Amino acid sequence: MPAREAILEGRVLRRLHVGPIDFALRPGECVSIGGKSGAGKSVLLRMVADLDPHEGDALLDGAACSDMPAPKWRRKVTYVAAESGWWDERVEAHFSSETDFAALFPAVGIPAEAWTWPVARLSTGERQRLALLRALSPENRVLLLDEPTSGLDADNTGLVEALLRRWLAGGTAILLVTHDPEQAIRIASRHLEVRDGRLVEETP
Amino acid sequence: MSPLSVGYSDLAVAAILVVLNAALTWMLDLGLSRIILIAGARAIVQLLLVGMVLKTVFALASPLLISAVALAMFVMASYEISSRQERRFAGAWGYGIGAGTTMLATLLVTAFALLGTLRPVPWYAPEVLIPLLGIILGNVMNGVSVTLNALSTSITRERPAIEARLALGADRYAALKPLQRGALRSGMIPVINQMSAAGVITLPGIMTGQILAGMDAVEAAKYQILLLFLLAGGAGLGALAAVYVATWRITDERDRLRLDRLAPK
Repeated sequence: MPAREAILEGRVLRRLHVGPIDFALRPGECVSIGGKSGAGKSVLLRMVADLDPHEGDALLDGAACSDMPAPKWRRKVTYVAAESGWWDERVEAHFSSETDFAALFPAVGIPAEAWTWPVARLSTGERQRLALLRALSPENRVLLLDEPTSGLDADNTGLVEALLRRWLAGGTAILLVTHDPEQAIRIASRHLEVRDGRLVEETP
Repeated sequence: MSPLSVGYSDLAVAAILVVLNAALTWMLDLGLSRIILIAGARAIVQLLLVGMVLKTVFALASPLLISAVALAMFVMASYEISSRQERRFAGAWGYGIGAGTTMLATLLVTAFALLGTLRPVPWYAPEVLIPLLGIILGNVMNGVSVTLNALSTSITRERPAIEARLALGADRYAALKPLQRGALRSGMIPVINQMSAAGVITLPGIMTGQILAGMDAVEAAKYQILLLFLLAGGAGLGALAAVYVATWRITDERDRLRLDRLAPK
């Protein structure tokens, strides 16, 4: 794929037992990443988000991650971890003050009034979905999602996938780590796998 | 009333209390008698030894000797700080952050007291400098070690929350702000308590000692106030410096959380 078509490129990314890894993502494209537990899928996403020291570089529209302040990069290339973290006791504190909760929350099956709840009241699945919602902003160009629907029932998984499709349609690219091959087929157009530290095209 | 002097026979009488305590726990089979006796013996040996050393240092008033004593106090305080840490920084930093910030705060506050308020002649008069350095150092050491420990343990525990903020584009200082605040509070509570409870709940040790030694109670109170301010200032400064140096070290210039810079448990 020619580099100028790509929104996001990874170049010889390497950390621990993972790499060298090269890849490219087009605008509006969703690529799934599979592989055994411990293969290095999360290590890869964290490298792209520049959350760990690593070799190699990632480029957004040709601009290198290492050439821009990390917070600016992460607002554009946003990682959502499998395990959600909460830095305040109130749900509301994790969202910007302009957030339209009534429109946002029900779209993923969460009551609108949940914004007034303490985080402790949320179930694991609700936390997972809210962690995804709070990461979505107009600045996002790429989402790095680490198992965004693991542990969700079919209905809620469907709602999350519908949400992701809307973002893809808006031109955001998604790198999706998933253990669910059917989900990969439903929303991703290409399927990669981390095997022995390398990123390979998955053979179905 | 003239100062009450304490003789060795008076100490022997007071020691009866400790021996009695040890005997009671031995009779009740509580397994504490040995520890109590050893601790009592240590107090006798350590304090008399320090008393003799200080007497010599005061008499000689040699700047070199005073510096050596001060240095020895810093080394011991730094060792205490690093051994109080549940999650220590790896390598020289494990010792260095506590030692450096403690030394900085202690020296600044001691210099401030010597040159700004107490003004002994010469300024390094050992009868003033060494006890002053000792009490400030002790409090800064407490403040720094509690703060550092609170910060590193809370950062380890709150890793998912910190990384979530970083991933959403917060810089390292914004992501760690609530933890800095919490750690600083833990480190400062002892001196804040000391100031607010002084005279109401407890009569501070120094004031008690001075009154027993025959000083006017109001004079003793003024001394105590001065010291409390120095201690609060020192502990606060040390804790603040420790929080910022530790935050800087546990993150990097790419705004990443670097728990790998803590020593393995």
